[in-house]
Amino acid sequence: MTITVDGINKRFGKFQALNNVSLDIPEGKLTALLGPSGSGKTTLLRIIAGLESADSGRIAFSGQDVTKLHVRDRNIGFVFQHYALFRHMTVAQNIAFGLESLPRKQRPAKAEIQKRVRELLEMIQLPHLAQRFPAQLSGGQKQRVALARSIATRPKILLLDEPFGALDAKVRKDLRRWLRNLHDEFHFTSIFVTHDQEEALELSDQVVVMSQGNVEQVNEPTELYARPDSRFVFDFLGQVNVLSGEVKHGSLSQGNAWVTVPGIRHQGNAQLYLRPHEVRLATTPAAHANLPLRIEAVSLIGSEVRVELRPEGWTSESSDNIWEVGISHAEFNQQRPTRGDLRYAVPEVGHLFTGKDTQPTTVSWAEAESPPRVRLIK
Amino acid sequence: MHSSHSSRHRRVGDSPAIKWLLIGTALAVAIGLLIVPLLVIFFEALGAGWGTLADNLLDQYTLHAIGLTLFVAALTVPLNLVFGTALAWLVTRFRFPGRKLLITLIDIPFAVSPVVAGLLYLLLYGRNGWVGGWLVDYDVQLMFSWPGIVMVTVFVTCPFVARELIPLMQQQGSEEEEAGVVLGASGWRIFRTITLPNIKWALIYGVVLTNARAVGEFGAVSVVSGNIRGQTNTLPLHVELLYQDYNIVGAFASASLLAGIAVFTLAVKGFVEWRQTHTLNRLQTEETA
Repeated sequence: MTITVDGINKRFGKFQALNNVSLDIPEGKLTALLGPSGSGKTTLLRIIAGLESADSGRIAFSGQDVTKLHVRDRNIGFVFQHYALFRHMTVAQNIAFGLESLPRKQRPAKAEIQKRVRELLEMIQLPHLAQRFPAQLSGGQKQRVALARSIATRPKILLLDEPFGALDAKVRKDLRRWLRNLHDEFHFTSIFVTHDQEEALELSDQVVVMSQGNVEQVNEPTELYARPDSRFVFDFLGQVNVLSGEVKHGSLSQGNAWVTVPGIRHQGNAQLYLRPHEVRLATTPAAHANLPLRIEAVSLIGSEVRVELRPEGWTSESSDNIWEVGISHAEFNQQRPTRGDLRYAVPEVGHLFTGKDTQPTTVSWAEAESPPRVRLIK
Repeated sequence: MHSSHSSRHRRVGDSPAIKWLLIGTALAVAIGLLIVPLLVIFFEALGAGWGTLADNLLDQYTLHAIGLTLFVAALTVPLNLVFGTALAWLVTRFRFPGRKLLITLIDIPFAVSPVVAGLLYLLLYGRNGWVGGWLVDYDVQLMFSWPGIVMVTVFVTCPFVARELIPLMQQQGSEEEEAGVVLGASGWRIFRTITLPNIKWALIYGVVLTNARAVGEFGAVSVVSGNIRGQTNTLPLHVELLYQDYNIVGAFASASLLAGIAVFTLAVKGFVEWRQTHTLNRLQTEETA
């Protein structure tokens, strides 16, 4: 089932929660609604479900208008952020609830319902907990029961509101993988809300980035990360290092920090956005850039060593603009950067936003100036 | 005074002198003002033996007063049960202008003296009142008969159920009901299988309090009842009437019945309260988990 969101507006008092939002959700895909809190993503999900009504606009499932259809009759699966399990019912009763709520004519026989509940319990690997109450389960178990409950009636659409928000990191990773498999097996059209960019990029086929009630960008995860359409998406997705200054005679400068911007005609205010992997650290300035930074912290955890640096002698307002650069463990072992050392950032590829432009221009220095990177240790 | 090493374990305000002073005061007040009077009631009622007590309770007018009191409570409790549940549902599940004001207004019967409430009803629904005058034309008499007594009792006791439900329903939120509706359940099924089990103990607690107050209400009822012996006399009014007739033993006999109901109510209330904090605690540990 495809989902069409057409010109949805929603206002809570003076607050514009959704501002003329239109979207196409493809059939059988897992779509993430990603944005900071207050961006309207949960409201949009609840409007699609029918738990909230829009002030204006239209929702259609496979082309059929459901805007006026009651949530009860939309036949969707919905997973709540805090699970919303029925606390006075056992796990088995929770899962059976949707089947038992079906109109008498469609309702399966008691034995049939029990069989289906057993199957679902097997699927979530919790058959031994059928007679437990929700209060006796861990967070991860609750979430799995909530998922089983929501798909018991075999809905074509599955909506999840911050499904892993309240879980710890380890459980979250397991459940993510599990949800992905579940989705691939049953081919729901799924939408999940998250504020966690990593979760969105890892889990989804398509990401919808939202901000202040607007859709900022819709794209596949890899495309979204490689080609952000706006400053907001750039800032929101992953760590980014910013040099904000003025372009004059082919170079962008702020205080004593500068970098050449080959091929840029613009003069005046501009911001250079650099991803941590697009920057290298050197002990001397490069020919095309002078970006002195002092090391604040070094984190060894992960597949890359993360170095946090503070601008040194740029302008005063940049002093709390912390840069982050990733280096390999091999590089780390060779150079041994420590807290307090002075380093120079050498950008290789960057994205320049000039004036009030929303689209960045990609700038590359790699072939032009810097000598080929030599890595002795492999 | 105490040696310095014991004062190390003390926190601010933990002085034993203050502790024992407070315990002593509380005990003295409880004994002097609560326990002794309660015992005196039973002592006086039984002073002339069980036979006399039975005789007094089986007196024609006393029996009628007991009957009327139970009748009023039997009408008041279901009315306020429905009213309180509906009101709690309204203010916790919907957002509308004036919602906060409504929550405050629920407390009016607690804030207003029952006598004032009785007078208001008398002025409004009495023979010479705005509504009462019009009703007389249809031969309907509310004041100085049982409908009036039920009306003021409903007024005086209407906050109990709502007051118990609102905090609980606010804490529980409406997610479970939303989950129910997404799963296709009808409104009635949601109420019966999700909402009602969740609020059961608070509801019972509210009913117990409503019942206790309905049985014992004196001030408002005394204004609108007209104290007609054998017709509009409830048990609390009957106690006063007997006392004014210098029938001390009779008054104490009826009073002991009221006190007995009160003690029983307290026992039920204690049990329900225990169950409810149990539920609330579980809710909280669930939330922090």
